[in-house]
Amino acid sequence: MKVQLSVNGREVEAEAETRTLLVDLLRDELRLTGTHVGCDTSQCGACVVHVDGRSVKSCTLLAAQANGCEVTTIEGLADGDQLHPLQAAFKEEHGLQCGFCTPGMIMSSADLLSRNTDPSEKEIRDWLEGNICRCTGYHNIVKAVQTAAKQMRD
Amino acid sequence: MYKFNYQQPSSVEEAIALFKSSEDPKFISGGMTLLPTMKLRLAQPSDLIDLNAVADFAGITASENTLTIGAGTRHADVAGSDVVGRMIPALAHLADSIGDPQVRNRGTIGGSIANNDPAADYPAGVLGLNATVVTDRREIAADDFFAGMFETVLEDDEIVIAVRFPVPKRAAYVKFPNPASRYAVVGVMVAECAGAIRVAVTGAGPCVYRFTAMEAALSKDFSSDAIKGIPCEQDGLNEDIHASAEYRAHLVGVIAQRAVAAAG
Repeated sequence: MKVQLSVNGREVEAEAETRTLLVDLLRDELRLTGTHVGCDTSQCGACVVHVDGRSVKSCTLLAAQANGCEVTTIEGLADGDQLHPLQAAFKEEHGLQCGFCTPGMIMSSADLLSRNTDPSEKEIRDWLEGNICRCTGYHNIVKAVQTAAKQMRD
Repeated sequence: MYKFNYQQPSSVEEAIALFKSSEDPKFISGGMTLLPTMKLRLAQPSDLIDLNAVADFAGITASENTLTIGAGTRHADVAGSDVVGRMIPALAHLADSIGDPQVRNRGTIGGSIANNDPAADYPAGVLGLNATVVTDRREIAADDFFAGMFETVLEDDEIVIAVRFPVPKRAAYVKFPNPASRYAVVGVMVAECAGAIRVAVTGAGPCVYRFTAMEAALSKDFSSDAIKGIPCEQDGLNEDIHASAEYRAHLVGVIAQRAVAAAG
């Protein structure tokens, strides 16, 4: 079937099987490989993207279900060479080690900051429930989100 | 996933007609259970009939004494709704405790109760709050709706349209979540509605159920002490790698007491 969607502000049209997952459309067809597949069982959150402004796990959504939607991936956050404050803060606070979970962490956090500009540490930890990191112990991830939140408020 | 036909009807009537003309169809709403199940090839529908584009399928409406939640309303929208938070805060809290934010951004109340996972939260909310399930063809009292493990009285082609909750005098939902999935190892909704006390337990058994001995005790004395020591039979309770039946039986007592205390 034909799937039409807007990805990072660009109108795209792709041919996809009905069983194609959104993440596979993004990675394999559109070559946007910043969105990762960690577990493929809806648990790890490495595949989080925004669909119509809400964070979702793109491994648990059919490409067909995103037909007509606006999708934002990690590639759509930076403004040219200017990193998004969350990207800059993850770098600054050492919020990553291997980096595999980072796109999902950042997309999930971006959704949080769009709803809550000044989340507490507990609110950040609760929100990142669906994002698993095997390296950092989460501490610096939480710090990075706090730093970004502050920067975005200022 | 195996191959399937994908249909996106815009009305309930169209959805049912598509269902009837398909070989082995399934309705999909949020898809938070169905898609993972299909990915594991544990489900193999010939046709997936997506209810997300059905008009007026999502939304929350309130009258003086009832709250009606459209079947397609996502958990995040119930959790974040001012009107739900004001009228039935226990329900908003329950919705906010499901899975994780991304699951709550897709999963729907109709999908959750139609699936009737033994460890899901909404069945306890619907049964404990004495809600009514409104389908395309009838209204079903919560007491009659949940039939067994992953089973309801819904007919194959029947679609949940909305769930209507009477506003309780007081209510609270407390669960002991599985630390990985956030499904309820045991979850208890305690509510007082129209003078009657209801205690609904999820996670512990194969299907959500009412703990009538606790309801009777709480009717006389609404305090956590009143249900202390009421025995919870282990027979027939769930047993898996997460918790033994004995542990779940114990948890039912502990969590129910906490729910009573929280309901005040």
